Amino acid sequence: MTVEALRLEGVHKAFGKLEVLKGIDLTVAEHEVVCLIGASGSGKSTMLRCINLLEPINSGRIVVEGHEISAKHVNADKVRRHIGIVFQAFNLFPHMTVLRNITLGPIEVLGRARDGEEKRARGLLAEFGLADKESEYPDRLSGGQQQRVAIVRALAMEPSLMLLDEVTSALDPELVSDVLRTIKALANAGMTMVIATHEMSFARDIANRVCFLDGGVILEQGSPEQIFSSPKEERTKKFLQRVTDSGRS
Amino acid sequence: MRRIVVAFASLVLVLSACTSNNTESAQPSSSASGADACAKDSLNLIKPGQLTVGTDNPSYPPWIVANTPENGKGFEGSLAYAVADRLGFAKDEVRWVDVPFNSAGTAGPKNFDFDINNITVTPERATVVTFSDGYYDLSQALVTMADSPLASATTLADLKGYKYGAQIGTTSLTFIAQTIAPGPQPAVYDTTNDAKQALVNGQVDGLILDLPTAYYVSSVQIPGSKLVGQFEPQEYLGMLFEKDNPLVTCVNEALAGLKADGTLETLQQKWLADYLSVPVIK
Amino acid sequence: MTDKRASATLDAQGGSHMLGGNRAVIVSTTSTIVFFAVLFGIIFLAPQTQPVRDMFLDPQAMRESFFGVPAEGIPAIWRGFLINIEIFLIAEVLILILALIIAVVRQIPGPVFFPFRLVATAYTDFFRGTPLLLVLYMFGFGIPGMGIQGLSSFPVAVYGTIALVLSYSAYVAEVYRAGIESIHASQLAAARSLGLSQWQALRFVVLPQAVRRVIPPLLNDFVSLQKDTSLLMVLGIIEAARAAQIYSSLRYNYSSFVMAAILFILMTIPLARFTDHLIERDRRRRQAGE
Repeated sequence: MTVEALRLEGVHKAFGKLEVLKGIDLTVAEHEVVCLIGASGSGKSTMLRCINLLEPINSGRIVVEGHEISAKHVNADKVRRHIGIVFQAFNLFPHMTVLRNITLGPIEVLGRARDGEEKRARGLLAEFGLADKESEYPDRLSGGQQQRVAIVRALAMEPSLMLLDEVTSALDPELVSDVLRTIKALANAGMTMVIATHEMSFARDIANRVCFLDGGVILEQGSPEQIFSSPKEERTKKFLQRVTDSGRS
Repeated sequence: MRRIVVAFASLVLVLSACTSNNTESAQPSSSASGADACAKDSLNLIKPGQLTVGTDNPSYPPWIVANTPENGKGFEGSLAYAVADRLGFAKDEVRWVDVPFNSAGTAGPKNFDFDINNITVTPERATVVTFSDGYYDLSQALVTMADSPLASATTLADLKGYKYGAQIGTTSLTFIAQTIAPGPQPAVYDTTNDAKQALVNGQVDGLILDLPTAYYVSSVQIPGSKLVGQFEPQEYLGMLFEKDNPLVTCVNEALAGLKADGTLETLQQKWLADYLSVPVIK
Repeated sequence: MTDKRASATLDAQGGSHMLGGNRAVIVSTTSTIVFFAVLFGIIFLAPQTQPVRDMFLDPQAMRESFFGVPAEGIPAIWRGFLINIEIFLIAEVLILILALIIAVVRQIPGPVFFPFRLVATAYTDFFRGTPLLLVLYMFGFGIPGMGIQGLSSFPVAVYGTIALVLSYSAYVAEVYRAGIESIHASQLAAARSLGLSQWQALRFVVLPQAVRRVIPPLLNDFVSLQKDTSLLMVLGIIEAARAAQIYSSLRYNYSSFVMAAILFILMTIPLARFTDHLIERDRRRRQAGE
């Protein structure tokens, strides 16, 4: 029996008059890796930001590990401790060293001891090949290194769910593979993940399930083979065709 | 281009020759006979035909009444009109301008013919401006709040150790330092008004003001204040003129006339109450 | 020579000072010497400017006003200047704190905090809209004039400093606010995503960056504050400018003002150079990452 890590039911989100999410239904099992694909503006980022409550939803429910986090009076700060998110723009804190970036959350939010957290952070950095960067400031790292630090920072909070929002889109091509390797290692270690991405071959490689977002709903979802080799919907086919044509598969 | 410059220069030379001729011809009798030199038409005035007199705004009794010098009341108000009359000006030929106390005693051209504003004649001031003869001998005086320990002072020794207030640039400030020498640094204000407020607030223990002003302040302006005493007169008041203004000679003549016929004393007795009863602190 | 220049232009590290080499140094040194020699000559030696020297640059007057003449009740400028410094140091610390509080209060989100935001905005509008001189009068004379037990009997310098702090905090709060708003929203999003509360995000992520960013305009305000301490003279305090004024009212010489000005300038220059240094260091740090 698989435990349900995340469930979205009929989630609607509008910014003023502009409706972005028009009824999202999605279930993600524990340890599952779900990739979201779709055109720019299809709502991938918005969906992820709704899941970790950065954006409030207009209607629907979001349930994480059995708790309805979209209900009123839910302490959003507490919820966010269990959900890690990494953005496309790196968002590391430029006035802190890499080590401090990583330990800030556990120390101030989880109340852990500084020594213990610094040790743990060093361990994580070593695991991801960034051991020698702990005293550097973010502006001294390459884009790929910064993204990997951002992933480590999210992991330091020991989340049960990781959300990755186009994390390689802003990187130079030669840096992308390192980051993808890092994400793959996470998946292999069993982390439940929802990944919005343009990297189709990566999605094919890593996803348990692929969801195609179009017009504010999940138009089609299935295994990577189903979606990439034999998509059912016309719009899915068109989207994949455009992607192949532009050479980004 | 050069032609234009030459033409302009010659024009300037011609004009200056003309004007210098005019000024020469305008003073035929100033060196000749003294009486004609002070005739109304030959006076050195800011605005010919008008006597422009300066005083402070606001001004207070007993010097000016109701802050309206045009009413001819108050000691300095009435004295100014008496002098004007002697010089041949009718009342409506006298024009008043506002002159802050601080700015009068500085060097430079003035926008008045003379300033009458309880200004003490001092050698330092006389290096940059010209004074008329004296029209009143002035004592300094001490005003405190009635409930202050300073209110019962009778000798100079009683005055030590307190904080006094005075207006910037006045002889009161020098008086505090030289004659009272109290110890604590005095407080110095832009205007007498601010100094009075400080006394009421208890921010200073006493104010040093000239005797007539002190009398008016303590009896009318600040309820609960007391005129503790006067000091022996060390100064006299004069009217202030731009440096080396020849008008001073004529004003002195007028003043001498007012002294001779008793007008000055009448005005003093009318406006400046008899202060002999005010105790002398020494 | 040509080779040196050519290689200099190609060398990106060298910068423009490599171009021309020694010749530029000689030219700039000569030009500086000539310029200041002429200026010196005009100010200090030319007979036509003697009246200027007498009135503004008289060494005897400057010395006399600096040390004061106790026998005549002329206060010493140096003593007054100590008062300016003391007021400035105390006010500066209080302003930095109060302005930060106002700036933070102004942007606390949430409907329940609306009255606080309103008060903070009204405060800023009032004190930026009212001339400092008026505020000084209201606090220095008005409050003591109320005669309220406890409230009305502090030394006048206290009220004056309070007036300075309240007035300047309104301006400095706006500087902080600009700094806070210049921090990209994604920084706040990243901080909140880690589970940091709004307050923690402000304290650890937004404010440290915002304050660093606005250090140059903050220091600029403080250079201004140093001079505005002189305004407390209207409350009766004999600070440096008032001492200079007393001297000049008794001697009819304005060299005392120049003396006081020199003291103020000496205080300002280190602060100005320090600001330049901070701006330069910040720029180098940011460039190093590219």
